[in-house]
Amino acid sequence: MLAQQILNGVVSGSIYALFALGFTLLFGVQKLLNLAHGAVFMAGAFIAYYCVIIGLPFWVGLVFAMIASGVISIIVELVAFRQIRKQVDPEFPAIVSSLGVDLILINIAQNLSNTRVLSMPFGTFPIEFYNIFGLRISLLQIVILVLVAALVGALVYYLQKTSFGRQVRAVAQNERAAALLGVSAASVYRQTFFIAGALAGVAGVLIGLSFNSIHFLMGEPYLLYAFVVVVIGGIGSVPGAVVAAILLGVTQALTKAYLSSTLSDAIIFSLLFVALLFFPNGLFGRAVLSAGGDRK
Amino acid sequence: MMLDIQNLYVSYQGIKALRGVSLQVDRGEMVAIIGSNGAGKSTLLNAISRLVPAGEGRIVFNGVDLRRSIAHKVARLGVLQVPEGRQILGEMTVLENLQVGQLALGGRPAKYSLSDVYALFPVLEERHAQLGGTLSGGQQQMLAIGRAMMGAPEVLLLDEPSLGLSPLMTDQVFAALGRLNADGLTVMLVEQNAHRALELTSRAYVLDRGLVVREGKSRDLADDPSIIASYLGV
Ligand SMILES: Nc1ncnc2c1ncn2[C@@H]1O[C@H](COP(=O)(O)OP(=O)(O)OP(=O)(O)O)[C@@H](O)[C@H]1O
Ligand SMILES: [Mg+2]
Repeated sequence: MLAQQILNGVVSGSIYALFALGFTLLFGVQKLLNLAHGAVFMAGAFIAYYCVIIGLPFWVGLVFAMIASGVISIIVELVAFRQIRKQVDPEFPAIVSSLGVDLILINIAQNLSNTRVLSMPFGTFPIEFYNIFGLRISLLQIVILVLVAALVGALVYYLQKTSFGRQVRAVAQNERAAALLGVSAASVYRQTFFIAGALAGVAGVLIGLSFNSIHFLMGEPYLLYAFVVVVIGGIGSVPGAVVAAILLGVTQALTKAYLSSTLSDAIIFSLLFVALLFFPNGLFGRAVLSAGGDRK
Repeated sequence: MMLDIQNLYVSYQGIKALRGVSLQVDRGEMVAIIGSNGAGKSTLLNAISRLVPAGEGRIVFNGVDLRRSIAHKVARLGVLQVPEGRQILGEMTVLENLQVGQLALGGRPAKYSLSDVYALFPVLEERHAQLGGTLSGGQQQMLAIGRAMMGAPEVLLLDEPSLGLSPLMTDQVFAALGRLNADGLTVMLVEQNAHRALELTSRAYVLDRGLVVREGKSRDLADDPSIIASYLGV
């Protein structure tokens, strides 16, 4: 029973990781909070839903949702951040503008769905279960774990081993110095927003499918979870975000199973306060998009 | 003429930092800009690199009007600045810093290979896997120069490379710059250490409160009593 709950927690935690990774990546690069990230997540779920409704296979919907969410995220950057970033103190204006874009996207989705909760048609994804070491694991859970591992692996590779990744880290560390070296910050922002949005979109599809529930406000609680993940994992730290997201998923599964399902969020945020007393900079310190591990 | 600056004005919120500066750098030359704190030396380099907006005046590089460009594109033309305080990417390794430097190529052919940089600064090869932020000041200066070399500089703009370095380290850095210039690289050297800068360069400009107050052969300026009194200490 305990092991089963932990497994379920790891699966949902891995989806949180996808969502939070993009959030922490964006904050690490531009030092501004993107409060529209939850709406991009929601948009991913909506896009996949409509793809399936018009008869496309689920996989096509997933890939399409991933790309379209990345594009929506690029638009978020253009509308909410591109101009504001030039200001001397962009922090507060960026909160307002990204919140504005968040509300616009939510509103569009609300109108599209007539304020209803949507669910993927029966049979969208095969419902199959396997028994491994006495644990019950569904095909969907296996797919989620494999997909998340592949995407996180690809992200780490991109950041660490490619020229694009080096440009992203250079801008995160010192935008002025990066410009003097020929790095275009505008193109770095565009790329990171695309990647963050694409990951959020996939996370949205997976959550929508797992809970069989897709609605216009579904992104907002995940935005709060992303804050928790970023604070616990250390701002801009990729391994920190993954570990913290999985910890969050497991804690949530355990509190729901053993303590109270309605108080789960209250318990999680109380634990966050306690954790912050002992680790004010998160478990992984303040790693500003440093290398794969913490080498400092 | 490679770099031609005419009557350049720059101000920060109304405070005039450059008040009509004109200067020229020819291909293959090594020119010093000396002047005391606040004279506007960094402002001049940053105006060329398009990090600060210029008011009136012209900045032309090989016939291209730099005032119509933006910072990363200026770098990709081969106008590479090694900024004051070196600005190493501290969380990236020495090798990664050098790799980022290659972005300034932007399609132009390389001028120096990684082994050229390592040959000039062997310590960078030894430390290639070390994080940039953990290097000593002198090593960071070498890395900053090496990083610019990777971007095939047409002209190298250096902002106080000797700042905070021991005399021995300064010797090493200046010797390297001398070697690069001897191989044909055009260099514009901003220095407060006027004595060393005049020794190394062939021509120099003296900047004072945003104006060029003297220009001429470095040797002549080094012997000039008024320059000695103002900039060369005892
Ligand atoms: N960002 C800025 N905002 C306002 N004023 C500035 C700014 N940067 C420079 N200044 C002012 O412009 C003038 C020239 O500064 P600059 O940094 O170019 O001098 P410098 O010759 O490089 O001095 P130093 O040798 O100390 O580096 C100074 O009066 C300085 O206070
Ligand atoms: Mg200066």
